[in-house]
Amino acid sequence: MAEQLFYFLIYPGLLFAAVVGAFLSWYDRKITAWVQFRKGPPLFQPFYDFFKLLLVKETILPKHGSKGVFLAAPIFAVFGASIAGVFILLPLLGIESGFKGDIIVIFYLLTIPSLTYIIGALATGNPLAAVGGSREMKLILSYELTFILVLAGIIQKAGMSISLNEIISLQVLNGVFGGSLSGIILFIVFIFCIQAKLALVPFDAPEAETEIAGGIMIEYSGTPYAMIKLAKYIMFFILPAFLIGLLWGGLNFEGINILWSILKILFVVLLLTLIRNTNPRVKIKQAVRYFLVWMNLLAIIAIVLSYFGL
Amino acid sequence: MGFKEFCFKKSLWLFHFAGASCNNCDIEILDCLTPRYDVERFGMVLVGSVRHADVLLVNGSINQRDKSRLLEIYEQAPKPLVVVAIGACGCTGGIFAEGDTFAGPVDKIIPVDAYIPGCPPKPEAILAGIVKLLNK
Repeated sequence: MAEQLFYFLIYPGLLFAAVVGAFLSWYDRKITAWVQFRKGPPLFQPFYDFFKLLLVKETILPKHGSKGVFLAAPIFAVFGASIAGVFILLPLLGIESGFKGDIIVIFYLLTIPSLTYIIGALATGNPLAAVGGSREMKLILSYELTFILVLAGIIQKAGMSISLNEIISLQVLNGVFGGSLSGIILFIVFIFCIQAKLALVPFDAPEAETEIAGGIMIEYSGTPYAMIKLAKYIMFFILPAFLIGLLWGGLNFEGINILWSILKILFVVLLLTLIRNTNPRVKIKQAVRYFLVWMNLLAIIAIVLSYFGL
Repeated sequence: MGFKEFCFKKSLWLFHFAGASCNNCDIEILDCLTPRYDVERFGMVLVGSVRHADVLLVNGSINQRDKSRLLEIYEQAPKPLVVVAIGACGCTGGIFAEGDTFAGPVDKIIPVDAYIPGCPPKPEAILAGIVKLLNK
């Protein structure tokens, strides 16, 4: 019991994932600043933001909304993100082997933060939050199918194994999946799915700051907003880590491999950041079409290619 | 300086309220976010919703219609909140001070923590005001 609690709260779970995610979020903002020829924020900026929201700011409750649901939603977001983080990071860091079928569990757990954002937004009673919530719902409906097709492609490449640990050890033995043609296509589709899951710029219609003033986050202030930030930091680390585990042979923390593992994560986050800096926000209709037609098509092509062993 | 105050000063999020402004101060405020001046060095970002704001930037003359809106925005913001009046109109009323529709400079309506005068203030002046506010 104590071991499970340690896993959940400290080492691969809440604390570790949040700290690494916060540094990755600083890296993302710094790269953004460099792309725009600016200097960028200091190293501990995400921690300042988080502790300011947690300790200093007042929490305002919506007058006409459901207060209990409004306050519970961010806590469930953190819970979902960190438990998904535990299931992803335990096999990835080589602590425990996980169980059979954990990919399916991770797939469902990764949906929890987005769902709780919708629930929290609709509980505020704010019309702009309702617009944001309905957009986020459409986005989920469009990218989840693509995401499960990508997972199906990877499972097929791994010889119908649905355990993350087996997939990683198979790649360590036989070379990474990302090296083949179908693996490269799956990588591209996966990157765009992460972009939509994190609500980064081409697909940030639910939070569009200049258009609907923060959308799903519009009513959050103080401690609940700090919880949402925490969930976002965790998601910002575990989704690239999941991608690396499934397609790039996982992480290895022995000797010189530490450097290689860190470079893998930084490279994936760099790709996400560059996509977010070089693209405009798409309308929600365009985003749905993009996933339902083009990304699904690419994923199905990758599945067919991997069936023929390419 | 305690830990709370330190975090607050390191991460000020800005919300921009423009009254009946001639848009000159608005342009100078946006200049502070550009590569040349870059207030994100100090951890400041412009936010879309006043619920996330720590600093309320007010510029332009406040007339009868703006007054109730400014009060509403001020009440909607979570405290502690720093209010900065920018430009001659925000600080004193400027050339509108004797107009019929003028409802008083910003500090008659809500408490103001810092004044940055000028018509419009240069981005350097706005940055200097912000740094003085951080060291207060």
